[in-house]
Amino acid sequence: MKRRKFDLAAAPGKAAVGLDDRFQVATPLRRLLNKVFPDHWSFLLGEIALFSFIVLLLTGTFLTFFFEPSMTEVVYDGSYAPLRGTPMSAAYASSLDLSFEVRGGLIMRQMHHWAALLFMAAIVVHMLRVFFTGAFRKPRETNWIIGSLLFWVGFLAGFTGYSLPDDGLSGTGLRIASAIMLSIPVIGSWLTSSIFGGEFPGTIIISRFFIAHVLLIPALLLALISVHLGLVFKQKHTQWPGPGRTNGNVVGERMFPRYAIKQGGFFMIVFGVIALMGGLFQINPIWLFGPYEAWVVSAASQPDWYVMFLDGSTRLMPAWQINIPLGDGYVIPPLFWPTVVLPGILVGLSTLYPFLEARHLKDYRSHNLLQRPRDVPARTAVGAMAVAFYLVLTLSGANDVIADKFQISLNAMTWAGRVGLLVLPPLAYYVTYRLCLGLQQHDREVLAHGVETGIIRRLPDGKFVEVHQPLSAQDHDGHGALEYTGWVVPKKMNRLGALGPAIRGFFYPIEKPVEAPVSPGHPPVEPRPERAEISSGSESRH
Amino acid sequence: MSTHTEHQTQQGREPLDVNTPGLTRFDIVREGARRDDIEIVHYEPQVAPGTKAERRLVRLVAWFFLLSGLVGTAFLVVYIWWPWEYAPGRGSDKWFTPLLGVTLGLSLLGVGFGILTWGKKLLPKEVSIQDRHEGAVSEDERTVTGQTMLYMADELGVKRRPLLGISLLAGLVPIGAVAAAPLVGGLISNPHKNNQMFTTGFAPAEGGQRVRLVREDGRPIRPSDISAGGQLTVFPGIEHGISNRHADSPTLLIHLRDEDAQESRQANERVGHGDYMWGNYAAFSKICTHAGCPASLYEQQTNRLLCPCHQSQFLITDNARPVFGPASRRLPQLPIEVDSEGFFVAKSDYTETIGPDFWERP
Repeated sequence: MKRRKFDLAAAPGKAAVGLDDRFQVATPLRRLLNKVFPDHWSFLLGEIALFSFIVLLLTGTFLTFFFEPSMTEVVYDGSYAPLRGTPMSAAYASSLDLSFEVRGGLIMRQMHHWAALLFMAAIVVHMLRVFFTGAFRKPRETNWIIGSLLFWVGFLAGFTGYSLPDDGLSGTGLRIASAIMLSIPVIGSWLTSSIFGGEFPGTIIISRFFIAHVLLIPALLLALISVHLGLVFKQKHTQWPGPGRTNGNVVGERMFPRYAIKQGGFFMIVFGVIALMGGLFQINPIWLFGPYEAWVVSAASQPDWYVMFLDGSTRLMPAWQINIPLGDGYVIPPLFWPTVVLPGILVGLSTLYPFLEARHLKDYRSHNLLQRPRDVPARTAVGAMAVAFYLVLTLSGANDVIADKFQISLNAMTWAGRVGLLVLPPLAYYVTYRLCLGLQQHDREVLAHGVETGIIRRLPDGKFVEVHQPLSAQDHDGHGALEYTGWVVPKKMNRLGALGPAIRGFFYPIEKPVEAPVSPGHPPVEPRPERAEISSGSESRH
Repeated sequence: MSTHTEHQTQQGREPLDVNTPGLTRFDIVREGARRDDIEIVHYEPQVAPGTKAERRLVRLVAWFFLLSGLVGTAFLVVYIWWPWEYAPGRGSDKWFTPLLGVTLGLSLLGVGFGILTWGKKLLPKEVSIQDRHEGAVSEDERTVTGQTMLYMADELGVKRRPLLGISLLAGLVPIGAVAAAPLVGGLISNPHKNNQMFTTGFAPAEGGQRVRLVREDGRPIRPSDISAGGQLTVFPGIEHGISNRHADSPTLLIHLRDEDAQESRQANERVGHGDYMWGNYAAFSKICTHAGCPASLYEQQTNRLLCPCHQSQFLITDNARPVFGPASRRLPQLPIEVDSEGFFVAKSDYTETIGPDFWERP
């Protein structure tokens, strides 16, 4: 047998050496493989947005192969019988064809739409996580600003996207968008006319929205997302306080293999859920809406959920028109305030918040440890206020549907929204603040007196008391000496390992042994033997 | 400061010679991590090799992957052979998209859960600690970089040679404008071309020919076509009058009952529109003055017209005055009459501006 000249087993090693000779990648690659990420379920919310974005790019590219961004009038001659013979724009006809004529086109359309809704939802929930845990503080203000910009760019992506099919619903949305632009003082009519290429609807808006939706906005999103992730990478992720965790270190898992594998699996799950939703849950059935005709509308014409708060603010706005008696007279219509000024204020407030808070607290240090919402009652309460404000607006965006389904007067719904918008946020602030204080107090109480055991003891004088399990040695007053460290205080006996050993059940252990009460998912960290004295002093390092 | 101690420990630590015989691969991994200031403090296999537990987990992961492959194949089968084309009343095509979704979704979930189980249950758990090195930014470095940049500025000498700076600015500003000019110049469009914001399809033609009111199918309308209390969406009887090219023209023609018509006429008189109605018929723009949606829900009993987009309500018998919601301006009224052939015509164009408000509306 001839000796093999090519040693297959040594080939990868040789190739690696060859690569390193040319690019010197060994050290940076090892750094990347070893990079430590802290782990907590709440850190995965942003990933959902990222993964949805990937699904959006994939499905969206498919859709562009069939969609025709043109407002040329055609007569529909496809297989959907109820609309046959109807004059409509080529954009709407090609969207119908995507749904009926293209094999698998409908599921792509629906996955694209669901992925968009999920993208925005994940952004909002991720933003709430970052806000309530204080992850936006120095040094991460830039990433907070990029994140809030991502919401608004995503908002634009969504709006331009669902305007494209040119069906009855999306045309109504476009009509309102044109009215919003018209309402801007001084430049309104010029802006609208320039964007629509003349009077609404014109013949060019769909092609313009198309290029914005498939090129300009995705490019911007991609750029912002890249910088966002790059900064997370560079600045390293925040972490919850816990044993061994300081402001100066990252406690977690190295990126490869386990962390990366979990990310990969999570991506497949997000993708799978979007596929399930795209197949099972109908969304935006444009063939039922008919082509856009300026004189047709139906009740319950609602935008996608992330636009609904603006619809709500528009509905709640009183009819306050400002007339400026100069020359022929000028007008600022009421539409201007809830749709242009309000979003402007929201963008301003959200981007400035990290700086406002730092200024208010005179806290200009870098923070890498997260805070539990209860430990910062004022911030948590402000967040709750914002959420209440947003919810009232979003619900008001559907107030006609609510009025219809629950047999409530429509005008009463509007008034409830107006009053609710002013009353509920301060109420939410107060209630949240008190809740936070209560939770704080309870943590301190457990640290001082121990965990309630549920065991009642009768004293010789007939009094009943509950036995508490102290968490540490107690002084002569019966008070524990444990300090609150900004992390979960065990409040149930089974968190202290008070349950018996696990009995294996059919599907699952009947009693699951509980890990020691540290941050979820990790066994307690043993101190590094050779660096123990150093890490103890590292809390005050910076 | 402890930072320094730590650095000294790190730097002072004898780097492990990775060629030492007898080192395990994990020793080398740990050494590599240490070189990146990462300490693997806890590394614990979750299942012992060769145990029942391990075999069970391996089987589980394998099942996930196989299931995924199976359902993925089902997806292909459905995609290729399922009768998917839409045909009214057939029904089997209705199941095409849900079946694709279920098969695609389950096969992706299978891969996902397989990978997750593999990663989470079969790989060892670890806790590693990495230094952030945030405090490691030294003032010294900042000074050096800052001075380097200032030096570069000095070398350019804009301060000493101000002419360079001024001429550069003067030269570049027009260039910047050149980049913006085609964009602005190409896109800009005069909103007041042909007075388009103030005219509709009902404007009489050149010769003063009045425009007929027509239905959606283009037929003109006689008064007898609408019963009392009824209403009809009408369009200008011109070319493309019933299309989005005249998106500002759709109009609601209402046949009011006697007493309502009486009230309406009085209201008309009050604003100088005394001759806008014809008999008991009144015509109002259907385009909401708030955001431009068609205000199309007419309630006969109260004579209110509701816009379904933002729930502005207009009282028809009072010149379509907004009585609730965010609209601030009444719906413009179209002056109508009946021509010699007995069809409705517009006496003139609307005398107020149609649609959503804007800054320069007089």
